[in-house]
Amino acid sequence: MINVNFFHGIKYYNLLLSGLLFFASILKAQSINDNAIMSDSFPKMLSEYNFFKDPVAQVPTNKVIPYQLMTELFSDYTKKKRFLYVPNNKKAVFEEDSVYQFPLGTALIKTFYYNDDERKVNPVPNLLETRVLLKRKYGWKAASYVWDIEKKDAELKIAGKTIHTSWINSDGDEKSVRYRVPNVNQCQECHESNKKVIPIGPKARNLNFNIYYSDIEKELNQLQYWFQMGLIDYPIVIDKTAVDWTDHNQSLDRRARSYLDINCGHCHRESGNAASSGLYLNLKETRDKHIGVYKKPVAAGRGSGGKLYSIVPGKPEDSILLFRMKSKDPGIMMPESGRALNHDEGINLIHDWIDNMSD
Amino acid sequence: MKTKYYKAKTLRLLSILLFSISVNSEFVYAEIYKIAPGDNSQEELQELLILAKPGDTIFLREGIYSFTDGLSLNQSHVTILGQGMDKTILDFSNQKSGAQGLLVSTDEVILKDFAIINAVGDGIKVVNANGIYFINIRTEWTNGPNTHNGAYGLYPVQSKNVFIQGCVAIGASDAGIYVGQSENIIVRNNIAKFNVAGIEIENSYYADVYNNKVSDNTGGILVFDLPDLPQQQGQNIRVFQNISKHNNTDNFAPAGNIVSNVPRGTGVLILGSKNVEIFENEISDNETINLAIVSYFEETDDPHYYPHPRSITINNNAFSNSGSNPDIKSNEMAKILNELADGDMPDIFWDGILPLSQIIFGQPKNESIIVRDNDNANFLKIDPIKFLLPFLDAAIIGHKNSDHERQPLGSVSIDVPWERID
Repeated sequence: MINVNFFHGIKYYNLLLSGLLFFASILKAQSINDNAIMSDSFPKMLSEYNFFKDPVAQVPTNKVIPYQLMTELFSDYTKKKRFLYVPNNKKAVFEEDSVYQFPLGTALIKTFYYNDDERKVNPVPNLLETRVLLKRKYGWKAASYVWDIEKKDAELKIAGKTIHTSWINSDGDEKSVRYRVPNVNQCQECHESNKKVIPIGPKARNLNFNIYYSDIEKELNQLQYWFQMGLIDYPIVIDKTAVDWTDHNQSLDRRARSYLDINCGHCHRESGNAASSGLYLNLKETRDKHIGVYKKPVAAGRGSGGKLYSIVPGKPEDSILLFRMKSKDPGIMMPESGRALNHDEGINLIHDWIDNMSD
Repeated sequence: MKTKYYKAKTLRLLSILLFSISVNSEFVYAEIYKIAPGDNSQEELQELLILAKPGDTIFLREGIYSFTDGLSLNQSHVTILGQGMDKTILDFSNQKSGAQGLLVSTDEVILKDFAIINAVGDGIKVVNANGIYFINIRTEWTNGPNTHNGAYGLYPVQSKNVFIQGCVAIGASDAGIYVGQSENIIVRNNIAKFNVAGIEIENSYYADVYNNKVSDNTGGILVFDLPDLPQQQGQNIRVFQNISKHNNTDNFAPAGNIVSNVPRGTGVLILGSKNVEIFENEISDNETINLAIVSYFEETDDPHYYPHPRSITINNNAFSNSGSNPDIKSNEMAKILNELADGDMPDIFWDGILPLSQIIFGQPKNESIIVRDNDNANFLKIDPIKFLLPFLDAAIIGHKNSDHERQPLGSVSIDVPWERID
């Protein structure tokens, strides 16, 4: 009797234990590893944060919410999935003409990928890297994780990485690229303002539109959703709003300025890394000279292409701004990093914008 | 014997430890990392540049490192040390990404004893630093003057406490040594040759530029102040005891850049700026002009900008052989100069351009252009009133200008952390 009970006891105990472990693993899988976000160093593997329920399909863990931007930074035609995680019961605070002030422990997560063939209805994503921006005690820290061949997990690459890859675009052309995963310093170069690292994208003005949310199974304005989730106090925007630069219902000027704002304005503004150039392309800038109109280059070197001004109204081909967008020479091209290919659609937009400027 | 050895060793260790605690208590745990050229040295070095902690030294063994991507450092108080500018060579001839060889965007960094050659853009750019020390660094484009070369060799900008000593800059399509929008600057004992501009100090405050050898550039030493930039009114610049000679290389700067306007054969050029002293230099064999003082010549609507040089002193320099073959075919400024000088180029030229009120009532004494004690060097200035009237010779030729006595500028001092590289 005793023996039997004893064995039953063990069996019961084992069952209980495995059950507990099972629930613990589910719990673990469903909760974010806040310690990994807040610790002084970066975990070696992306999976250690627990951001994704299904990494391959990029299905986020609960409380990790997807978001999109009105106008995106061009990164060699990669597609991007963006996610935000804010710790329980904490809020982001609205900042005029800037990104939200996010609380400690916030993570911004961005996965870069190409679709194998953009003509397919269900293309296969080729995950390249997932960048994280983590709000720690001493400010934002940036790092990138590079996906392994099987795309099961991504590994920290402090010094960045070069990926030679290709995809088929919507015209059916095979495009190949020497894609550069940025190193930690390069992350900071773009994300720096007044010597502090800050996020670039999640400004209220870039979020003020509807996207589909699978949890509530409907479309909703992102600011409204953030408000409902308790992430922000008021779903307001008081800035000059950026527009979707591909939206032809908007004026050419608004589209071009929005494009320049997100692609150039993080460095080319008075507090950015390119401040010494005197060329300011953020949305807030209103002085023609500083936007580039008849502005002489300062330290462009051969980046001037032998042209005299950043922008010559009505003459896109005489404008340094467009020349540098069209170059793939690292000593000339703009942006300086994060681009190996030309953004033909962006080039056309800026071409038309300058072409339509009156003197 | 053995014990003795250990004792000696322990004592040495102890003294090193004590020394490092007393001298540098914040960085007791400073590490020295060593790197040698190899297939993986690009990634190794970049990783160290990221993971280095304040006080660390990254030691680059001699050899040629072939790099394809620009490097960057963003950790303060780091030292990068090679084995000599002709021995540790970072070769960027096959650079695929990055707008410069090395980018430094942090404080208190020492760069010493290595070379950066053939960078696709600038050689070494330093932005927003407080404390940057270039010591015995070489930046070079090895195919000689070419418009496709990178713009700047050494390029600190918007920085404070900039120290450049014993460096060699060759072949930059803008300036070999360029300090822009910075403050508290020492540039000494350097060599700059076969650049468009040898040494250029632009929109900067408090600079001592001395004991440099500047030859075979398009223009030797430039002191510029330009409009529409965050930091303006470049001032308090002393250029002394330099040699600026034979700067007769054809201008190979891409058009659009301000230095593309510099005539071939310019020794020293002051554009805009205030409180500039040029003394005890040897300025010779520059085929357009040994020294010119000019106003900014483009239109600008910048309300904060003052285009005319003021409070300039040129004294006790040794000038010889100026303007033997002025750049009149390809350079507008040289052409005008030559016409005004009637083919007989002076050593020192001032365009005489002033605001209208000063043309009528005279320049305030404390803003005057002082020229004195340069042996018998010829000084030519333009009388703006006569210049506007036909049939009058506007050129005034002499050896001196203004009797005003001005308090000399003070010297610049920078606390170089020599203990980190001893």
